[in-house]
Amino acid sequence: MTDTAAQICKLLEPFNSNGTALSAKTDISADLNIDSVTVMDFVMEVEDHFDIEIPLNVLSETRTVEDLAKVVDSRVKKG
Amino acid sequence: MDLLAKLSGIAERHARVRALGLEGVGVVNDKIISPTRAIIGGRETILAGTNNYMGITFEPDCVAAGQEALAELGTGTTGSRIANGSFAMHAQLERELAAFLGRAHCIVFTTGYQANLGMMSGLAGPRDTIYLDADSHSSIYDGCTLSGAKLVRFRHNDAADLDKRLSRGEDDGGGKLVVLEGIYSMLGDRAPLADFIAVKKKHGFQLLLDEAHSFGVLGAGGRGLADEAGLEKEIDFIVGTFSKSVGAIGGFGAGDHPYFDYLRYAMRPYMFTASSSPASIATSIAALRKLAAEPQRRKRLMENSARLFAGFRALGLDMGCDVVSPVIAVKCPDEPSTVAMWGALLKAGVYVNLALPPGTPNKLCLLRCSVSAAHSDEEIDRIIALFGSVVAEGHGLRAMSA
Repeated sequence: MTDTAAQICKLLEPFNSNGTALSAKTDISADLNIDSVTVMDFVMEVEDHFDIEIPLNVLSETRTVEDLAKVVDSRVKKG
Repeated sequence: MDLLAKLSGIAERHARVRALGLEGVGVVNDKIISPTRAIIGGRETILAGTNNYMGITFEPDCVAAGQEALAELGTGTTGSRIANGSFAMHAQLERELAAFLGRAHCIVFTTGYQANLGMMSGLAGPRDTIYLDADSHSSIYDGCTLSGAKLVRFRHNDAADLDKRLSRGEDDGGGKLVVLEGIYSMLGDRAPLADFIAVKKKHGFQLLLDEAHSFGVLGAGGRGLADEAGLEKEIDFIVGTFSKSVGAIGGFGAGDHPYFDYLRYAMRPYMFTASSSPASIATSIAALRKLAAEPQRRKRLMENSARLFAGFRALGLDMGCDVVSPVIAVKCPDEPSTVAMWGALLKAGVYVNLALPPGTPNKLCLLRCSVSAAHSDEEIDRIIALFGSVVAEGHGLRAMSA
């Protein structure tokens, strides 16, 4: 697991109410059984943690921790 | 793969409600007696969850205006205003509403939902960014999606958070639209407008205020939160609905921009749907005149809201908002107890809204009340008494909030 994915997993813990073992392949909505609003709340935490903007419309193709990590890596300000 | 298999979770949730002998969102009003009374399940029930803020649905002159329009102009318009043309009455409603709001332009939609769909998608396009409050109504979210704009969500009622997100985004040359609501429908709280306008002055965006629950309700002129706050000049676009304080169905967008009227040719939810029926337009006009002429209705609504708020506070109930609002939501511990209490209230003779996640913010389970100017003191007191026996005493809520 990449460092970004590991940080995302840590941010995901408070939303992991069914005790899923979190990995890069975890499907954030389906595996954790969380609704669309909660997913958006979680993404807000990710935005603030990395100090980046993740527009909601880029999330439609983002399902797993790994997918989200790629989005984060592409948006983290370089240098 | 069966397309409907994905609904199994909803089916299970519905079955749990039915197992309690309740119909959940499928409540049927067998007969509507008045703005505040109906027969539900054979029982006369106090309605405290209908958003009928002004209690205007049975006003004789509104009913007569609707009947007259029905007889003179027929049952429907059979098409969109773009294709079939408008009825004179559509334009009349737009003129009267623009005058009421003190705005240069107004466009009427068939429903409030479509007003938000139309305004978001007409104002913003794929090169623009919409910043929306996290607790925005679904019609705003759906309109944002339809627009194709970049969507950035900020923390509810948090102007500093909006400031941070505006600063974080790179300037891509596109327009920026910020969307707020006057009164938020689930918790009843108001947007802190002055704080957001300070951010507007710093960053320079265009601001839309959805006054769905505050139009006709707040402000000396009944024009909504911006009227109450004395900040109407800072609001670029207003959205509202006829399905609450106006007691009909439909919605509107209004503004002063010289190009505003051209939005008619850029909003698919306006262009590709049938226009409002004559009866609905006529009752909206009559009700709008009543809102303008009878400010005592707003006073009465606020008195009733204060009475219910004080009663709930005395019971020790944990409410969604700490100021008096016509939307008063009681926070409950979990879904099963909320459903059970909602059902017990209904059987005891009061209808409130059962509001559960994801339709609520912060995963809250709510018993949501909306107050009407037409509620009598006795009805408000009866609602308080029933919440006392069912919610506070019956289910230990007092202990939870203590």
